[in-house]
Amino acid sequence: MTAEVLVQLREVVKEFPVQSRGAFGGRSERLQAVAGVSFELRRGETLGLVGESGCGKSTLARCVVRLLEPSAGQVLFDGHDISTASHAELGPYRRRMQMIFQDPYGSLNPRRRVGSIIGDPFAIHGVGLAGERRRKVQDLMALVGLNPEHYNRFPADFSGGQRQRIGIARAIALRPELIVCDEPVSALDVSIQAQILNLLDELQGELGLTYLFISHDLSVVRHVSDRVAVMYLGRIAEIAPSEALYERARHPYTRALLSAVPVFDPDEGRAHASVLLTGDPPSPLDPPRGCRFHPRCPRAQARCAAEEPQLIPRAGDGPEHTTACHFPLADGETMSTGAAPGVTP
Amino acid sequence: MTGSPDAAPLLDVRDLAVSFNTPDGVLEAVRGVSFGLVRGRTLGIVGESGSGKSVATQSMVGLTRGARITGQALFEGRDLLTLSAAELRAVRGRGIAMIFQSPMSSLHPLYTIGWQIAEMIRAHEPVSAAQARARAVELLGHVGIPRPERRVDDYPHQYSGGMLQRAMIAMAIALNPRVLVADEPTTALDVTVQAQILRLLRRLQQEFGTAIIMITHDLGVIGETAHDVLVMYAGRAMEQAPRQSLLRTPRHPYTQGLLRSRPRLDAIGGRLVPIPGQPPSLIAPPRGCPFHERCERSIDRCTSTPPPLAAVADGDAAHRFSCWVPERGDAP
Repeated sequence: MTAEVLVQLREVVKEFPVQSRGAFGGRSERLQAVAGVSFELRRGETLGLVGESGCGKSTLARCVVRLLEPSAGQVLFDGHDISTASHAELGPYRRRMQMIFQDPYGSLNPRRRVGSIIGDPFAIHGVGLAGERRRKVQDLMALVGLNPEHYNRFPADFSGGQRQRIGIARAIALRPELIVCDEPVSALDVSIQAQILNLLDELQGELGLTYLFISHDLSVVRHVSDRVAVMYLGRIAEIAPSEALYERARHPYTRALLSAVPVFDPDEGRAHASVLLTGDPPSPLDPPRGCRFHPRCPRAQARCAAEEPQLIPRAGDGPEHTTACHFPLADGETMSTGAAPGVTP
Repeated sequence: MTGSPDAAPLLDVRDLAVSFNTPDGVLEAVRGVSFGLVRGRTLGIVGESGSGKSVATQSMVGLTRGARITGQALFEGRDLLTLSAAELRAVRGRGIAMIFQSPMSSLHPLYTIGWQIAEMIRAHEPVSAAQARARAVELLGHVGIPRPERRVDDYPHQYSGGMLQRAMIAMAIALNPRVLVADEPTTALDVTVQAQILRLLRRLQQEFGTAIIMITHDLGVIGETAHDVLVMYAGRAMEQAPRQSLLRTPRHPYTQGLLRSRPRLDAIGGRLVPIPGQPPSLIAPPRGCPFHERCERSIDRCTSTPPPLAAVADGDAAHRFSCWVPERGDAP
């Protein structure tokens, strides 16, 4: 596969300063939310990014569109390093990448009319004359399934699903190449969620969009993604084409995550037996040495605590399927859930 | 999964209706819903926001202030809807306990976890402070809090989200309630922690025979926990059935729509088929079937008269649904 690379991440790191309070004054620590992530986004694809809360997926997404500046590493957009670009240098790239947020309530100003909210990108980037903008906005509203006559209404007059359509209209206004979708359907009811997922799919086809799609919902991610990356404590644990990841997960964490998804239909092909992790992910302030998953991993051995595994293809897998694990699972191999530490018998 | 259910329902709710006065008019949150709950079994109530699934159970135990409630909710021979506030307080805790999506709605941030559980026990039982504390430690251990004898003195902020949820469950089961109402208990949690909590609830049910009402928007959670399912939409029961029956042969167009619109983990099913439109307003809700505006099978009659909840003619008598236009073969 030689699809054109749109975004390339090279060892991206994002740290935040954290003040810890103590009896004798504060101590300044650094929290590494993203701890060296490399992958590429290819033009026209959807890359799903999954992981539990606090794994760094939203921080990583904000580094990709440069809402945050990475502490180290590079973000190449269409071949240009934007990781340390100044505000002025970023200008031409801003319109080529957009973001859609989870909360269709919080991301729209309640006191502004939707027409002017959707028209913001035109105003900010000086696109078209004021007179043309209204028509452009109404075209966008029609494109995302809103009634263009509702141009003068306020966000409160719209339902959750419709507000997400407003957010999408605003995001596609400048015909971006990349859209980062951060939990775009998590706040929506199931019957509405499908409407939005189908809309995103149609827009991708029509406008040739590339999506980085973040979600904690593994069923949704499988449905939309061409490839999926699994994140754990700031690192990528596994990345693979969707089907390979869901049917032949190599990393014990991926297996555990998939086996934890509740399913309505017991026949709903869960490729793997249930693996119940105990406890919570460790604090990113003090990540475990070696493999970050090893304290919770049923397969962990001495090497896992000592040496951090690299993200590489397992023997027999193509270059598309990489796993950061010293002891990846083979096809059909099940994890022993017997006496191993970290797993409930 | 459970022993043979007792014949008589533990909780028998009949024709429950709940409405609220709002500045915009009367909001009809629940409009005539009936269900029964049997010892040792889990009733899943599934519905989207505004379906009335939470209000229905909260109104039974007096947690819906300012609501107008009609119907009956028979629990241990008494109609909960006729009890005084003091009588209801006695029912909550020992009779019917509740756990919610947000543990911080049940836990006070300035008191230790152990103190709060102990106080709850002492409010209902004549035990000493030391005895109550020992019970709190035991309960925390029971719900899987590591080193409970130490963590009992922690404040809520020292617990993770999953641990808070466990602490809230510990408090809810402290008095060994007959009924546990779990309202979206895992919605705010990661899937790995959710799996732990759902397993914990199943274990408690097997051990104590607790009857559980599991309120959720997530069909996956229903699949993992419920024996029987009630599907609610705009304040009404659309379909009611044993889980297997609902899974294999969903009858109501709304239930069928929900299943078709949901992406599956195994990616079978291809393109999603959304339900068009959106739920109706509950202030002056549509006459007739509340789903008719979004329903492809809708006929004139659906717009004027609400269909009764009726059993499938040739099937399981426990499988009932509310539709004037059943598909061929399942005419009521």
